[in-house]
Amino acid sequence: MGEFKVHRVRFFDYMPSGIRALAFNGDTERMAVARMDGSVEIFHCSDRFFQEKIIPGREQCGIEGLSWVGERLFSAGLNGGITEYDLTNQKVKYTIDAYGGPIWTITGNQQGTHLAVGCEDGTVKLFEVNEDKIQFERNLDRQKSRIVSLSWHTSGSKIAAGMMDMIQIFNVETGHSIHRMLADRGVGTSRSKECVVWSVVYLSDGTIVSGDSVGMVKLWDDQTGTLIKSHNVTKCDVLALSVSQNEDSLVAGTSEGTVVQFQFVSMVLGKDDKEWVRTRTFKNHTHDIRAVAEITTAVVSGGMDAQLVVKPLLDKIEVRSAASALRKIHFPHRRLVFCARNSGLMLFQYPGHLELWRLGESEGKGIPGSSLFVKRNPEKLLHLKVKGEDHIRCSAVSPCGEWIVYSTASSLRLYRLHCDNNNVSITKISKLPKVLSSANQLCFSSDSSHLFSASTQSSVHIVSLSQSGCKFVGTLKPKSGSHQAIHLLAASEDGEWLASANSDHEVHIYNLQTRKAHCTVPVYSSAVTAMGIHPTTNCLFMMYADQQMCEYSIEQKQYTDWSRTVQRKGLHRLWMERDTPCLNVMFNPQNPSHVILHDTYMLCIIDQSLPLPDDKTQFYNQLTLKSLTEDQRKSHSHAFKVCKTFKDILCVELISDQSLVVVERPLEDVATQLPAPIKQKKFAT
Amino acid sequence: MTERVNRFVLCTSGDSVKVYSTRTEEWLHSLQGHTNQVTGIALNRANHLQVYSCSADGTVKLWDFIDGILIKTFIIGYPLFAIYVSEKHDGIVFLHIAMDTDSKNECFQLVAVHLPKSAEQEVEAKELSAVSSRISPNPSCTAFGREGQYIAFARHLQLNVYFFRKQKTYSFSLKATDKKGAKNAFTCIACHPADDCIATGHEDGKIRLWRNFIHTKEYTYSTQHWHHNAVNTLCFTPEGTNLLSGGIESVLVQWQYGAGNRKEFLPRLGGSILHVSTSSDGQLFCTSHSDNKITVIESSFKVCGVIQGLVKGDAVLTDLMIDPRSKALVLNGKPGHLQFYSLMRDKHLYNLDIVQQEYIYEAGLDQFEVVKAAFDINGYWLATVEERGQKSSDLEFVLKLWAYDERTQSFVLNTTITAAHTDRIISMCFSSSEETTMLVTTAEDGQFKAWCQGADADTQQDQSFWSCEFVGSYHNLKPTNCSFSADSSLLAVNFQEVITIWSPDTWELLTTLCQPPGVVRDLCFGRLSCSKYLIATTTRNLLCCWNLLTCALEWSTSVEVSKLQPDPLSENVAAFSYQSKHTDLFVFKPSEPRPLFTHKNMCSEKIHRAVFVPREEPLNNCDESSQWLNRSQLYFLTQNMDLLTFSTATEEDRMLSSSKRLVIDDSVAVTPFYLLLGKHRQQQQKLNTPSHPAADKPQQPQGSVTITELLHTPAHVLPAASVLCSMLVSSLLISNTGVRKDPLREMESSEQEMNSEKEEEHSEEEMEACDSQQELRAQGSVDEVTPKLSKAQERELKRIRKTDFSWMTGLIDSKP
Repeated sequence: MGEFKVHRVRFFDYMPSGIRALAFNGDTERMAVARMDGSVEIFHCSDRFFQEKIIPGREQCGIEGLSWVGERLFSAGLNGGITEYDLTNQKVKYTIDAYGGPIWTITGNQQGTHLAVGCEDGTVKLFEVNEDKIQFERNLDRQKSRIVSLSWHTSGSKIAAGMMDMIQIFNVETGHSIHRMLADRGVGTSRSKECVVWSVVYLSDGTIVSGDSVGMVKLWDDQTGTLIKSHNVTKCDVLALSVSQNEDSLVAGTSEGTVVQFQFVSMVLGKDDKEWVRTRTFKNHTHDIRAVAEITTAVVSGGMDAQLVVKPLLDKIEVRSAASALRKIHFPHRRLVFCARNSGLMLFQYPGHLELWRLGESEGKGIPGSSLFVKRNPEKLLHLKVKGEDHIRCSAVSPCGEWIVYSTASSLRLYRLHCDNNNVSITKISKLPKVLSSANQLCFSSDSSHLFSASTQSSVHIVSLSQSGCKFVGTLKPKSGSHQAIHLLAASEDGEWLASANSDHEVHIYNLQTRKAHCTVPVYSSAVTAMGIHPTTNCLFMMYADQQMCEYSIEQKQYTDWSRTVQRKGLHRLWMERDTPCLNVMFNPQNPSHVILHDTYMLCIIDQSLPLPDDKTQFYNQLTLKSLTEDQRKSHSHAFKVCKTFKDILCVELISDQSLVVVERPLEDVATQLPAPIKQKKFAT
Repeated sequence: MTERVNRFVLCTSGDSVKVYSTRTEEWLHSLQGHTNQVTGIALNRANHLQVYSCSADGTVKLWDFIDGILIKTFIIGYPLFAIYVSEKHDGIVFLHIAMDTDSKNECFQLVAVHLPKSAEQEVEAKELSAVSSRISPNPSCTAFGREGQYIAFARHLQLNVYFFRKQKTYSFSLKATDKKGAKNAFTCIACHPADDCIATGHEDGKIRLWRNFIHTKEYTYSTQHWHHNAVNTLCFTPEGTNLLSGGIESVLVQWQYGAGNRKEFLPRLGGSILHVSTSSDGQLFCTSHSDNKITVIESSFKVCGVIQGLVKGDAVLTDLMIDPRSKALVLNGKPGHLQFYSLMRDKHLYNLDIVQQEYIYEAGLDQFEVVKAAFDINGYWLATVEERGQKSSDLEFVLKLWAYDERTQSFVLNTTITAAHTDRIISMCFSSSEETTMLVTTAEDGQFKAWCQGADADTQQDQSFWSCEFVGSYHNLKPTNCSFSADSSLLAVNFQEVITIWSPDTWELLTTLCQPPGVVRDLCFGRLSCSKYLIATTTRNLLCCWNLLTCALEWSTSVEVSKLQPDPLSENVAAFSYQSKHTDLFVFKPSEPRPLFTHKNMCSEKIHRAVFVPREEPLNNCDESSQWLNRSQLYFLTQNMDLLTFSTATEEDRMLSSSKRLVIDDSVAVTPFYLLLGKHRQQQQKLNTPSHPAADKPQQPQGSVTITELLHTPAHVLPAASVLCSMLVSSLLISNTGVRKDPLREMESSEQEMNSEKEEEHSEEEMEACDSQQELRAQGSVDEVTPKLSKAQERELKRIRKTDFSWMTGLIDSKP
């Protein structure tokens, strides 16, 4: 497997932001996730929940609600504005003010014609969804208290609104309230506290389901405005509700961190008189669940503990497989750490700032597995705050460590770093070419002479860097004419090739000499999660979200023989069952047949010279191999060598002195920085 | 196993089914007839006055439980372990039978048996059809679903639901454990009466409610968790509004059906709950407990009655004793208590709290237990030893002395000695003299101590406490048993092989007796004319008898004796011998080495506890084999905690005749009218059977009852004065028989009257049942009637029974 000196970095204090809202689009199988920091992420539900798109947030932009209208995504927040997102370019399209104070909820009707928002001032505002904009239509009858939750009836003619202490049903045509249903306050001391109806769901059969701060899930009849049934789910709040598409199952998220499922089952088998019955309880969160969504085969929940949990519903899954396992997504599927390979610098990307660190140095050599004495501690060189309110979308540091670049939604900034002894200073490059106004992805060439900036319509701008400044060289455009944003860039070591991957799963390869598109890798059904160009063979190695891997020879414009063998023989079952995508592909210059990969839980070296394992061979065979003699080892070893020494890995990078940098972010550390969860009495404590 | 209707509760008990009244908690009668353990009972859904019982003897019997009459016997031919019936399946019972003839591998199957319709008393049911072989040996793991459409049964981790119409089984499996350490094995099942919902109890205390179980994939369940240990029993109320559950915690939990985890608790019911059942109208629940108790609970969750048998604890650690005052049997009862049980009335009297600490119902806790107890000869003193930490090394024990308080009629703690010895107390006994009471304890620390009620000068109170008077030891050997001679002039303490004889007055070692090899296991002095003899048993199968006058061995015989029990009222000594897996009983007099009475192969278990219970009045039996039972009765306890006794032939006769018990028939609402009119009517009744002499009570002037009744009843509920007048007058008249009657007997007669009335009511619908009733009654009664009677003859018989035979009672009463 090879021996490496490892820099085990744990000083990246990345804190994932809590999840505030979820919206599922059943047609495109996409899940939109809004976080506390205002960022919106799009996950592809049928592609192993790969995080396809990230739209970074802004300061002071609390999103309270998300809603899909067709394939358009809208959000509304406490700043009182409604925002539509440009999902192709992964940015905010426009924001309009609703003029009703902070907005607590937003929901679109099924017809896709109207959006309703619930405002602090007690109004439900209807917006008409036009071709390219939304337009305020009218207010429904104004209420005294704020509108916390809204739900449309399928017909689009009625809307249920949850507010303080009550639920109102509005006729959308007239704008008048049809029924007013009072939610009970809690007993005892909580009697004086208002009951907040955190969530309502209007079912097509006229049942209204509400979840409130008393901990009740209540079922109401919209014809009579009466309570049908109430279930006491928790002692705390029921914060979120979601119903499945065929309305036979309902999930409620509570502030205890539990998700409670209700099912619409017939009490007498074979008859049609169905009732909502509380069935299962899932506990996968430690903190408040702020949003739940029931998708076709799973329950997705997110909350204050910043993890997105996908709990599969086994009764709806045809074949149990790795794709249908319980999944917890803690970290973004993007790189947040960049390494200046030649100078030992690390760039950490936080939402609002960048940090530049110099790696520590150690003394001498040790036996494998032992930790070395640290001669020089790692040192923070730079803390670079973002100008403006936008959060950082992408950043990069050049391999030589001289250039730092970052981009927000509105601007791109390039800095030059001066590092003599202990004096660190940066200068901003002031005159940037106009094309570099914003970038979706940034990448430096291996000799640090060029900057590649992924821009709109899948194009890549090339800028040459020199002591004096930077100069726009040209633009690379794909032949396919795709408009999707690029999320991965890879430049070859010899400066000849550049590969780009976009959200349409397309991978384009450009010749940097001619600045023309060279070829396109055949489109695969799954998204590319990591890729790299081999320094000697110039083969593009790609990792996909469904854990497949491909090697594509750029020069021959075809898959390599090894890649075809992999496809033919298939990968090992245990490899396919991993639930986090590979985030980086590296090559060991010492041994050209070695490919280094990592995901959140492991580090893997693939030796392309060794045979591939089949399902019968032992996959994690390091310990077995150790116990064997030299001769036997040959017959037992296979291409995959997995190292699980490190956990919760954010990034692994190979730097020029043959040492590995492993950036870990232990989940325990994340948990300690979260606010305290609701205290619960547990049995025998 | 309990099954109940509104007024009666039925429970299996050994080879019989006992019927109790829920209102009075009195034992009414037993349904006897099975020859082996009764394993299950189930009410006949077609006729709610009938009950099926199944037994390990391979028969199913159908009873009329109100009258205690066997209607029919169905012979299945295999040992049966549980019975289930459903109203949908008329004439079919479902039974658990063992798959293999040897039931050691615990493979059971559920079979449906078609009960043939024939008029005969004993029918062989041959139509067996297997339903499933995936059956748990636990009978509570099988239950019928809504309207008997399906049957649900679970074994280990698999739940199966068999639909009769589709003839299809759906199976659902759980994982053995999960990450959180849940133990998911099924322990019990109940089905909702109206909805298709199955409730299952699990080993870790979870309750799951299964729904949609006609889909192998889309089935669903919800989980509720309150019990911290296995759920022993589950039961839906008849309307299905509530679910009752119980377990080792001894808390009855009522879950509101469909309302998540809203629940009510009824705690501190006694031993762990084994079964819960509800009455058909849902008004009453009853729970059976591991300590041999049935609790009757109203639907408002209040305990309204307790039927307590002989309390069955985990183990009987104390000897069987007789309280000299109440003549009650005393042994371990509830944890930390001694129970007083009247053998005469077969009724639990009370529990005496010895440990005086809250008992925690949780498996595997080490808690204080009463391990030794002894009464002095007058029943004035009680000595107890409680122990904790038998398993671990740090043993704690306390010796307590209790004095009988005449005022409160119970024992009051007098002295607590925390460090009586440095090691465990092995045995103790009170001296048998009348004047001074002295307690001798022997312990594993090699000493025996004598304790006396010290007249301490410095304690000014009038009551005096116990203190140590003498500490004795012998060559540092470990003393095991101690015994006082009949006149308390000698104390025998054995130190392994050596028996030492001491004088309690001077504490002088008088002599030592020794018969090696073998350590002395048990010793006792002879009584009455044989008090000069000392009998001892050794571990080397030797029974020795020494003459204390000569200090020489009188005789010895080679017999393995597990328990030696002298009779305090006669010279007899009973010896239980355990050899080749069965126990023999020998009764002998110490003066002669030949046994008076031998009973070979009495039972298959070893006997460690036995007691002679003095009779209230001695029998005059001339039969040689039962002469030894004249003065007292021998009770002994098997390892299964069954209390058995020897009885003579005449006693059995009497027991049969006295099997008619009193009952307050509550089919008629108890109104002032009823009391008035009913009582009045009773007085017109005549007795026809002489009652048990023991049941006699002081008698009252008869008319006064009616008058007080009349005066105490509010005027607005009284019947018309014309009705009352004649009644009042007749009640004041001396009845023509001139025999004084007591209320007890009157009730008895009324009960029989009621019974016969009922017979007439039901005679149309159950002709064959009535026949057999008559038959049985004929056998039981003194009348020599041929079994088959015509209708007219029957009527005649009834009429005769109603006529006056009370003059006979008068004769019997006046005889003694």
